[in-house]
Amino acid sequence: MAGGQERILRRRISSIDATKKITRAMELIAASRIVKAQGRVQAAKPYSEKVTDVIANLAGGGAGVDHPLLAQPGDINRVAYVVIAADRGLCGGYNNNVLRAVERSIDSDRAAGRDYALILSGKKAAGYFSFRGYDVHAAFEGFSDQPNYSDAKAMAESVAELFENGEAQQVQLAYTRFLSMGSQEVTVDQFMPLEASEIGAEATEEAGGGYEFEPEPSEILGRLLPRYAEARLYAALLEASASEHAARQRAMKAATDNAEDLKINLTRIMNRARQDAITTEIMEIVGGAEAMSQDDDGDLEDLIAQSIEGSFAALATDRTDA
Amino acid sequence: MQVELVSPEAVLFSGECSQVVTRTVDGDIAFLDNHAPFIGALDVGQTQLWAADGVVSLAINGGFVEVSSNAVTILSDDAMAAQDIDVQEAQADLQAADQALASDADDTEAALAKKWAETRIQVSGGN
Repeated sequence: MAGGQERILRRRISSIDATKKITRAMELIAASRIVKAQGRVQAAKPYSEKVTDVIANLAGGGAGVDHPLLAQPGDINRVAYVVIAADRGLCGGYNNNVLRAVERSIDSDRAAGRDYALILSGKKAAGYFSFRGYDVHAAFEGFSDQPNYSDAKAMAESVAELFENGEAQQVQLAYTRFLSMGSQEVTVDQFMPLEASEIGAEATEEAGGGYEFEPEPSEILGRLLPRYAEARLYAALLEASASEHAARQRAMKAATDNAEDLKINLTRIMNRARQDAITTEIMEIVGGAEAMSQDDDGDLEDLIAQSIEGSFAALATDRTDA
Repeated sequence: MQVELVSPEAVLFSGECSQVVTRTVDGDIAFLDNHAPFIGALDVGQTQLWAADGVVSLAINGGFVEVSSNAVTILSDDAMAAQDIDVQEAQADLQAADQALASDADDTEAALAKKWAETRIQVSGGN
């Protein structure tokens, strides 16, 4: 009976210890993945920079800017949202922050009488919106950890189709931007129509550097703009995955720290319980011995010594049981 | 001249070359040192780079090329060096594309897939 509480506490401590090992492992894995993900963000930069350069040169060479991806719509009746969240949880507020930002944005669109369309990346995003009864246009999953360019391509295709068909007049891109190891920020940016000024496609400068073109500049631009959209989406997917790993690392570090605190507290309580049990037992023995010595004038010291030995033996077997 | 071959996921080649041969949608084109500024859209085809340590042969599934101030930049979201090509996979893709074309001769996607498979087989030298 005396060892009962102690045994329960011991069991709780060992289960907390096991949980702590898991969260610690997840923390370390996430930490190593952040570095990898950052490397991928860097590796993707040369391509999008070059694409932007070429677009600027094409515009300088007199390429017309009448591509469907650049068409500024008159009235906006429907806004499409490209939402980038994670496939897995256990990453703190990472998923919820993006999803809530989108939900707020949809609410304000609705207030302005605009419809929405959702193109989602990540199981958590799909779960969130379908549970709340939103109409999901397309959902992609299985690559939030390590997005490939082909994933970005498939997503961009579905987005461009929606936009070019005129089903949506504007596309917003919602993801978590990776600013640094310690700070990530949810952003909701315009994705389509592409801003001519942003990609340097404003046909302002006449001096195009004397480029030769093969085929016509406008045709090259027509082929290049979809690549630009893909590259931009790919960059967003990569940044989001870096943010996801950073968020998971932080969440798991907090969980590990909490487990450690809990373990220290419980160990303290357990030690106190054990000490209490021992004290109570000794008091009982002493009390019992005294009572016996009053009945019978036997050797008091012998009696105490015997019964203490006996109960220590019992205590020892008790603890090996536990 | 300085040559860079850039894909969205990585820089695949970067170095000095004496000559670059590639294929734009209008036909094959070669660049030597100090070529005039040029921008072109690439077709599915073979690209060869004459680097210091030999000719690098690549299969390119469409992309862009820019030449300016003695530097050639090739942008492609799908490029494979000859040694990275899986010939068996390319053969299998070719067969699948041929079958698709047999049932629908106007299938542009299959036609592209066929061209890409043929290019890979040609570049890998496994005719």
